[in-house]
Amino acid sequence: MGGDLDLDVLTVSSARAAVQERQTTAATLVENFYSKIEAKDRQAGQINAYLNLTRERAFEQAKQLDAIVDRGDPLPPLGGVPIAVKDVMVTRGIRTTAGSKILGNYVPAYDCTAIQRLEQAGAIILGKLNCDEFAMGSSNENSAWGPVRNPRDLSRVPGGSSGGSAASVAAGTAVAALGSDTGGSVRQPAAFCGVVGLMPTYGRVSRYGLIAFASSLDHIGPLTKSAKDAAIILRHLAGRDVMDTTSADVPVPDYEQEIGKPVRGLRIGVPKEYFPAEMDSEVRAAVESGLKLLAEAGCEIKTISLPHTRYAIPTYYVIATAEASSNLARYDGVRYGYRSPNARTLSEMYRRTRDEGFGAEVKRRIMLGTYALSAGYYDAYYLKAQKVRTLIAQDFLAAFKEVDSIVTPTTPTPAFKLGEKSDDPLAMYLADIFTVTASLAGIPGISIPCGNSKDGLPIGMQILGRHFEEATILRVAHAFEHARASAGR
Amino acid sequence: MATAVSPDVRTKYEAVIGLEVHVQLLTVTKAFCGCSAKFGAPPNTNVCPVCLGLPGALPVLNRKAVEYAVRAAMALNCTMRETSIFARKNYFYPDLPKGYQISQYDRPVAEHGYIDVAGVNGATRRIGITRLHLEEDAGKSMHDGLPDSAHYTYVDLNRSGVPLVEIVSEPDMRSPDEAYEYLTRLKEIILYTGVSDCNMEEGSLRCDANVSVRPRGEQKFGTKAEVKNVNSFRFIREALEYEIERQIETVESGEKVIQETRLYNPSEGKTYSMRSKEEAHDYRYFPEPDLMPLVVDAKWQAQIRSRLAELPEARRQRMITEYGITAYDAGVLTATRSLADQFEEAARSAKNPKRVANLLQSEIMGRLKMRGLAIEQSPISMKGIAMSADLVESGAISGKMLKDLYDFAFERNQDFPAVYEQKKPQQITDTTTIEKMIDEVIAASPKQVEQYRAGKKTVAGFFVGQVMKASKGQANPALVNEILSRKLDA
Ligand SMILES: [Zn+2]
Repeated sequence: MGGDLDLDVLTVSSARAAVQERQTTAATLVENFYSKIEAKDRQAGQINAYLNLTRERAFEQAKQLDAIVDRGDPLPPLGGVPIAVKDVMVTRGIRTTAGSKILGNYVPAYDCTAIQRLEQAGAIILGKLNCDEFAMGSSNENSAWGPVRNPRDLSRVPGGSSGGSAASVAAGTAVAALGSDTGGSVRQPAAFCGVVGLMPTYGRVSRYGLIAFASSLDHIGPLTKSAKDAAIILRHLAGRDVMDTTSADVPVPDYEQEIGKPVRGLRIGVPKEYFPAEMDSEVRAAVESGLKLLAEAGCEIKTISLPHTRYAIPTYYVIATAEASSNLARYDGVRYGYRSPNARTLSEMYRRTRDEGFGAEVKRRIMLGTYALSAGYYDAYYLKAQKVRTLIAQDFLAAFKEVDSIVTPTTPTPAFKLGEKSDDPLAMYLADIFTVTASLAGIPGISIPCGNSKDGLPIGMQILGRHFEEATILRVAHAFEHARASAGR
Repeated sequence: MATAVSPDVRTKYEAVIGLEVHVQLLTVTKAFCGCSAKFGAPPNTNVCPVCLGLPGALPVLNRKAVEYAVRAAMALNCTMRETSIFARKNYFYPDLPKGYQISQYDRPVAEHGYIDVAGVNGATRRIGITRLHLEEDAGKSMHDGLPDSAHYTYVDLNRSGVPLVEIVSEPDMRSPDEAYEYLTRLKEIILYTGVSDCNMEEGSLRCDANVSVRPRGEQKFGTKAEVKNVNSFRFIREALEYEIERQIETVESGEKVIQETRLYNPSEGKTYSMRSKEEAHDYRYFPEPDLMPLVVDAKWQAQIRSRLAELPEARRQRMITEYGITAYDAGVLTATRSLADQFEEAARSAKNPKRVANLLQSEIMGRLKMRGLAIEQSPISMKGIAMSADLVESGAISGKMLKDLYDFAFERNQDFPAVYEQKKPQQITDTTTIEKMIDEVIAASPKQVEQYRAGKKTVAGFFVGQVMKASKGQANPALVNEILSRKLDA
C-alpha cells in the first residue's frame, strides 16, 4: 500500500490527504522516505543532506497518526507530513551537532519549540539536516560532516547555511524542511535549489531551542515546494512562546486562507540598488520577467530606492560576528560537547578544545566579533553598525509607505561550484548581499523560483514585506506561482 | 599587622575608598529560569537548560527579581531608570556556563543614590551610590574535599542564575571605619527591605573594595587597588587598614602603587596581588540580544514603592517623636526590623511607651551586656517589658520588685509573664485589711471624696491607685473596687 505514491510531488496537503484517505499509512510513508533517503542521500558523492535519521521518533509519531485514521478521526493539520529539520534545532535525546565537531557527541535534554509545535500539529520528523557549522556560511561547505551537494547539479553547492534543508526538499527526501536564516540562510539555498524559502518576521517564530549564531538576526523558517506549503507550516510555527521573550505577541492569521486573496492593485517596489549594472544577466532577466508576470496579474510595479543598501554587508558582518563571539563562548569543553584530550591546564583546555573543535570559518567569525566588541573598537564597529542597522530599517519603513511589498533577486548568481569560493571568504560573504538587508531590518522575506539559467540552474526571486505581514508576501508568491505555471515558464 | 607606618606619616595621607557590594535577592526562583534559588541543595540539582547554558536555551526575566532590585534601589535613595538594558559581560570561567554573565552596563536599573552614615564627632556623612544594577550569579567552583580534587575542579551550578544586585558606591569614604559604617548601614537597609538575608557566610552579601591613597589636600585620586575576597565586615576593615598602610609605605619609599586586583588573606591579615591591569579582563560588554529592554514604568514603580517598608533612618526619627525616646534608644531599637517591630508593638500596647524604652535602656541593656547577649537573645521580650512597665505604672509592683523579677527572668532564662506568674506578690483578699486601707485613703483625700460625691465618678480610679499603692499592689483589685464603691456611694 502506498508504494506507488510519487514522493517528489508530495506536498503538505497531499501528504496529509494520502494518509487520511488511506492511500497509504503514515508508517509506510515514513518507510518510503527512508528508502529514498538511503538511495539518494547517504552514499559518497550523493547529496549528504541528512546527518541523522530520527527513525524511532518518526515511527512512534506515525503509529499514533495511523491510530487516529484507524479510529476514523480527522488527522491534525500537519498529520502525516514528513518534515526534516536543520541540525541547529535541538531534539531531546537525539544528537544535535550544528554541523560542528565541537558538538559531535552532544545529545540535548530538551526539544526546540518549533519542532515541538510541528509535531503537535501532526508532522513527522524524519531526521536532522546538514548545514554550515553553527549556520555560518553560504555554501554548506563549512560543515564538519562534509558538504551538501545541490540535487539540481551535484557538482554545485546547495547554498547555505540551510543547505541540507533546501536540498532535501529539492530532492524530494522530505516534503518540507525547517531551516534557520540569519543573513539569508533559508532564502539563498532555497534559490540555489529551486524551492521556496521563507524567513518570517523577527519574533514571529520562537527561537527557543535554536542553537544561536547571532541572536538578534536568527530566524527559523520553512523550506517547501510551494508558497502554500510555507503558509500552512508557518501557521503552526508562529506565535508567542513564553520561553522566548523576544517572540512577539501578535495574532497569527490563517495564512492558507490569506494567500487566496487577489493581488490586483498591490503595489510592488523594485529597489534600484538591487539591480546594479554589472549584475548577472540571467538573474536579471529571470527576475524582470517575474516582475512582468506580477504586473500582468494586476500588481502595480514601482521603482524605489533603499539608499543604505551598500552598507548592509559590513553592518551585518560586524553585528552577526559580535553576537556569535559571545554565543559560542559556551563551547568550552567544561560541561558538554568536545573536550580536547591534550590539555593539562584550564586555559590550555579552553584553547585546545576550541581550536580543535571549531572549523576555520567559525574561528574567523569569533575573532572578527571579539575584535568588534573590544575596548577601544566598540564604538567604531559595533555601535556604528547598530546605527547603520537602524538606517537600513528606516529605508524599508519609508519604502513600505509607498509599496506593499518589495521584489528583488534572492542571490547575485545561481549556484556556484563546490570549492569555487571556499578560499575567498569575502566573495562568499557577497553571496548574501541581497538577503542581509531584510535580516537586519527584521522584516519577512520569501524566495521563490522564478526561472532557470541556461545551464538549468534555478534562479530565485525575493519578496519582502512589512513586519508581521507574511500573509502579503505569501500571497504575492502564491499568485506568482500560478501566473508562472499558466505562462508555462 | 606587618606594616609599621608611623602615625605622623599616616596623617600626611588620606585614603579614598569605594565599595562594590553584591547582594543576592531572596526570590523563590532564579533570575532567568524557573529553577529554585534556594541555598544548600545537593550540587547541580537546581538546574535546567537555561542556567546550565545549554545550546538554544534563552533567558526569561523573573519579574520578582526586578521588583526586589527596584525596592532596594528605592531604599537607597536611587533614581530609577524607566528603561534599562541588560548586557552581556563576557569572560571564560568554568563556573560561568554561558561564557558570559547577564548583567547591566551603561543603562542600569537605578543610579545616583546615597546612604547617610555617622561620621566623626557625631556629624553625618553622605556616601554616594553610583549605580545599582541587576545581574545573575555564577556557579561555584569547588577545588577541595571531593574524591578527585587532586586532579579536577568540580563545578556546582545551583547558584548559576540566582539574581543579584550590585551596588557601587562613589569613592566617598575616607577611612576603614567609614567603610565599615557604610556597609553596616547598607546591610541594615537591605535587611529592612526584606529583599535579601545579607548572609555573608552563605555568600548572599559580598564586598569588593577599591582603595587608593593621596597626600592630604590633593584633589587627584591615587592609583587604586581592588581588594577582593573579603567575607566579613571585620575583615574588610582589616584589609583596608592593611592596604592603606601598604600603599602609604609604597609611596613613601618612592615607588608607585600598581593598579591591580589583590586578594585578602584573613589568617595573615595581608593582601596579595592577584592580577595586574595588563592582565585585566576586557569584558566586551554589549546589549543582551535575548532580552527586551527592561521597562519599569511609573505605575510599576509606584506599586513597588507602596510596598516599601519604612526605612531605619525614617523610623528612628518617627520613634523619637512618637514615643519620646532618645536618639540613642531609637538607634538600639531599630538595629533590626523585627526588634523595632516588637518594640513598637509593645510600646503601642503599653500605657507609657517612654517607660518601655527607659526600662529597656536602664534595666535590660546592662543585664544583656553582662552576659554578652544581643538584644534579640534577651529572655525578656518586648511584650514582657511592656507588661512590667504597666505594672509599675499602676503601682502594682514597685521598682525594687521589678528589678528582682528581671534578675529572676535572666537567671531562669524565662520571659517576664512567666516569672511574674510565679513570683507575683501574694494578694490580700482579707476584706477587713482592705477596708482599713480604704478608710485611710478616703480620710486622707477629702477633696477627691467631695468631687466624687458631686458626680465626678472618674475620680474612683484615683482611689483605686492609692489603695493599690498602699498595699504595694497586693490588694485584690476586684475586692478593692467593690468595697470602694460601697463606701463612696454610701
Ligand atoms: Zn535553571
